Amino acid sequence: MVAFDEMTGSGAELRPAYDALDRWLKEAPPEMLALRRSQAELFFRRIGITFAVYGDEESTERLIPFDIIPRVLTKPEWTKLEAGLRQRVTALNMFLADVYGPKECLKAGIIPPDLVYRNACYQLEMVDFKVPHGIYCHIAGIDIVRVDADTFYVLEDNARTPSGVSYMMENREVMLRLFPELFAMHRVAPVDNYPDQLLATLRSVAPRSAPSDPTICLLTPGQFNSAFYEHSFLADKLGIELVEGSDLLVKDDVVYMRTTQGPKRVDVIYRRIDDDFIDPLVFRGDSVLGVPGLIGAYKAGNVTLANAVGTGVADDKAVYSYMPEIVKFFTGEEPILKNVPTFRCREPEANAYVLDNLDKLVVKEVNGSGGYGMLVGPHANKAQIETFRRKLKASPEGFIAQPTLALSTCPTFVASGVAPRHVDLRPYVLSGANGISCVPGGLTRVALKEGSLVVNSSQGGGTKDTWVLDA
Amino acid sequence: MRIRISHSISYDYAEPARHITQILRLTPRDHDGQHVMSWRIEPNIDGRMRSSQDAHGNIVHSFYADGPISALSIKIDGLIETVDLAGVVRGGIERVPSEVYRRDTLLTTPDEALRGFALEATSQADTPLSRMHALMDALHTEIACVDASGRIGIGAAAAFAAREGIAQDIAHVFMTCARQLGMPARYVSGYVAQSDTLPHANGAHAWAEVYFDDYGWIGFDPANGLCPIDTHVRVAAGLDFADAAPVRGARKGGDGENLAVLVSARETDSRLVNQ
Amino acid sequence: MRNINGGIPAGLSPDAPRLVTKRPELTMLSRTADSLYWVSRYVERAEYLARILDATMRLTNLPSAYGGAGTEWQSAVSTAGCEETFAKVYGEANERNVCDFLTFNPDNASSIRNCFALARSNARAVRTALTSEMWDALNGAWLELQRFEKKRMDREELARFLDWVKNVSLVFDGSAYRTMLRDDGYWFSRLGVYVERADNTARILDVKYHVLLPANEQVGGSLDYFQWTTILREVSALTAYHWVYREAVKPLLIADLLILNRRMPRSLAACYENISRFLDHLGDAYGRQGPAQRQARKTLANLNNTRIDDIFEHGLHEFISDFITENNRLGGTIIEQYLQ
Repeated sequence: MVAFDEMTGSGAELRPAYDALDRWLKEAPPEMLALRRSQAELFFRRIGITFAVYGDEESTERLIPFDIIPRVLTKPEWTKLEAGLRQRVTALNMFLADVYGPKECLKAGIIPPDLVYRNACYQLEMVDFKVPHGIYCHIAGIDIVRVDADTFYVLEDNARTPSGVSYMMENREVMLRLFPELFAMHRVAPVDNYPDQLLATLRSVAPRSAPSDPTICLLTPGQFNSAFYEHSFLADKLGIELVEGSDLLVKDDVVYMRTTQGPKRVDVIYRRIDDDFIDPLVFRGDSVLGVPGLIGAYKAGNVTLANAVGTGVADDKAVYSYMPEIVKFFTGEEPILKNVPTFRCREPEANAYVLDNLDKLVVKEVNGSGGYGMLVGPHANKAQIETFRRKLKASPEGFIAQPTLALSTCPTFVASGVAPRHVDLRPYVLSGANGISCVPGGLTRVALKEGSLVVNSSQGGGTKDTWVLDA
Repeated sequence: MRIRISHSISYDYAEPARHITQILRLTPRDHDGQHVMSWRIEPNIDGRMRSSQDAHGNIVHSFYADGPISALSIKIDGLIETVDLAGVVRGGIERVPSEVYRRDTLLTTPDEALRGFALEATSQADTPLSRMHALMDALHTEIACVDASGRIGIGAAAAFAAREGIAQDIAHVFMTCARQLGMPARYVSGYVAQSDTLPHANGAHAWAEVYFDDYGWIGFDPANGLCPIDTHVRVAAGLDFADAAPVRGARKGGDGENLAVLVSARETDSRLVNQ
Repeated sequence: MRNINGGIPAGLSPDAPRLVTKRPELTMLSRTADSLYWVSRYVERAEYLARILDATMRLTNLPSAYGGAGTEWQSAVSTAGCEETFAKVYGEANERNVCDFLTFNPDNASSIRNCFALARSNARAVRTALTSEMWDALNGAWLELQRFEKKRMDREELARFLDWVKNVSLVFDGSAYRTMLRDDGYWFSRLGVYVERADNTARILDVKYHVLLPANEQVGGSLDYFQWTTILREVSALTAYHWVYREAVKPLLIADLLILNRRMPRSLAACYENISRFLDHLGDAYGRQGPAQRQARKTLANLNNTRIDDIFEHGLHEFISDFITENNRLGGTIIEQYLQ
């Protein structure tokens, strides 16, 4: 399987967007690249991860490797991607408003009702509740992979609490510092307005009863959460308080934060705590991270939660396979971004095909996450395949299957020099009462091991700066 | 049957609480089998009480009180008129489709033992209704129900493994098995009037309801081994105990909590009540 | 189907809320203030422990004819305020046990190691409220501490370690002074320093008051001389003493220096001058005075209006005990008023 390369396309011909970068790379001595890479690492230790952990006994966090060679997208590529992202996120929000409201898409048979009703992410508390300004998914991270010059697939929608945006911003920051000459050669669209856009989005969705200058805070599970660094980074950039559950207090259905001047009313909460842990009086009672009474205040209309509770039903793997139909039903348009072809094993024909081709497919458990309950056919041994065959026969509705994809590659500075490595892309899409916005680019993740398709940071993945060229 | 219920839930705290929030599902609604003639919930301290409905249609009171609070007592007094409909629950409020109640929850997560038991117990039955009766009968003999007040539920799988549990656990075991057999099942908390014929009729009680395409919701009380009759007063329903719990609370301060619960549910003479 | 605001670019929507440009009022999360307060307290406490150990080592180095009753190490534990825990962990109060207990012992909640650990974990939780200089000082110290922990602690190494601890405190304090915004965060952090420092100075006096009493004062070449100078060393005031009084070391004057002399930065009076000042800043900024301000002013007035002779006349021990109680009460009031 020959993957499409971002720099050289399918053959050896240089794609125009990479012209200047290619010339520069050819002139750059490897020692210089190595030096800049170690400078980048130093920079990350200082500004970024410094306070997350290093030297900490209870810590398991590390620096996520950063690759100094940027991934470049042209303006036309981005324009198309952005249109697709806006369409997709619009549909996600309309889908959520529908399943928690009139349920037209279920009545129309667009998606089997049991996928929604039996889904643990379909939060009953949200049924018939009108969220402020009708928006559920304020911050979405859509994982995109590319397979050829024109085809981008959505690999996964992240509609709950997508993370990684701080890497997008700091990757750019470090590139600007280390390679000013490259930025002189390219017109790269900026990303540093993301915090302003996020703040504007959060302000726009304050409850109507809130003052014109609403109080916003970011709710974190605390310093031992793996994304705590990002939480404090964002709170800092947005100029809002970073609060833990114990800093908030709900009284008479109003949320307050405990300040040195007494309780201060909170209007919007950018929460980075999962639904299950957000209010021990409604969800898991053993949660000490959440805020007792928060859901009561939310449902009384006194506070906005971003993202809304219950958005998980939209990014579920089983629902994912229906996204093309969902996009079409709600927007009336053909989906601009394709889904990865997906076999729903709940459909007998599809399941029969999957069972015959287990060695070629990736089989995923519908409710699994983090790579558990996943079979990568081409890399699996006989026993693993047989285990999945049994599982698929016993409960086919619990699985989907997809072909293994040839993710595009991008030149990457590795031990052996500059070599192609597989990448994906996570752009961040903001939806508020002020419209939809999306900073150009996003976070490019790269599988640093040769041939590996796993871009996940826990399994040897790194990140790159992502450039959208303005001209 | 006319049933008088009085229920008091009292907390005291070694260290006074600075703030208390409680979510109360302690108010029954009408349906064909029961009529609420009067119902009062009264906390003995000042606070704000707001009434709303949850996803299942339960009446929920949110109670907020500021401290220092060294003791809190909530008193419930009510009078209910019931009729025996052999467990059929009709004419109530249904806000979510029955399909929702096929979900597994933390307290009703099946294991191999429960799956096996569900299949074995119902292997001879040929209709959904007879399967559920077979399941209830089998459970009634298989698991011992203990009436230890103050004991906390341990979830379906653990209770089944121990072959012993409180009414809540047994309801969870029943629901878990029913869901394994493809039936929507839900948890019900309520009261059972004192009775000479029922082994577990000590006031507060828990049972389950199963949805049948042909009949709608029907109650099953596996702890007593029968479908709820006119002794049963239905208060709240949900996916499991946590979803329908009479009280869920949180507080700031208030270390050293001590809880005392008194419940009585008795048949009452209608003439006395009408005076 | 309604399209949810699709296509309207950010900021162009007619009913987008107008951004109000005004300086936000001064306020902070109670937890942040609480952490800043405790970071400072723990750093200050670590330095204090180092001083106690340093001074005690010196005292026990003297030939026995000059020393006290051989209870110096027990007295060091008392001064550190952790007799109970010590008694549980160790039998005898000797140099090895006490040094281990007060430096690296993980079971002692206020060993130097745990003070640094607590300071750092508080700092980490509110990382963005600290300046990077303050964070670097603490985080660097934590890493360095682990290096020390692995070493065998002989007297020389211990002395090096104690010097290093004092230095960490200086660097942290200096970074706070030089880099923090002068707002409520800074004031809470300063309050932590001075409430802790007042407690420390008072504890030294509480344990050692008996050597300062007139009954123990012998004319000429007193054996207690070395006990007295130890007290001064514990608050690094031996030189200051001579500058202030230009006299031989006398118990009455030592007490005066440590309790009432506002020129002496570790005296109770100086601590309360600062506590009161920073509480006033908070009161002004927040537009509200509370019990903490009133309590601090009362204690300060008391220190300003008392002469050392009066204190000795009414009982040094009672005075110090009362002070410790009052200072603890103020700590509690500050927490209640601002930090919960």
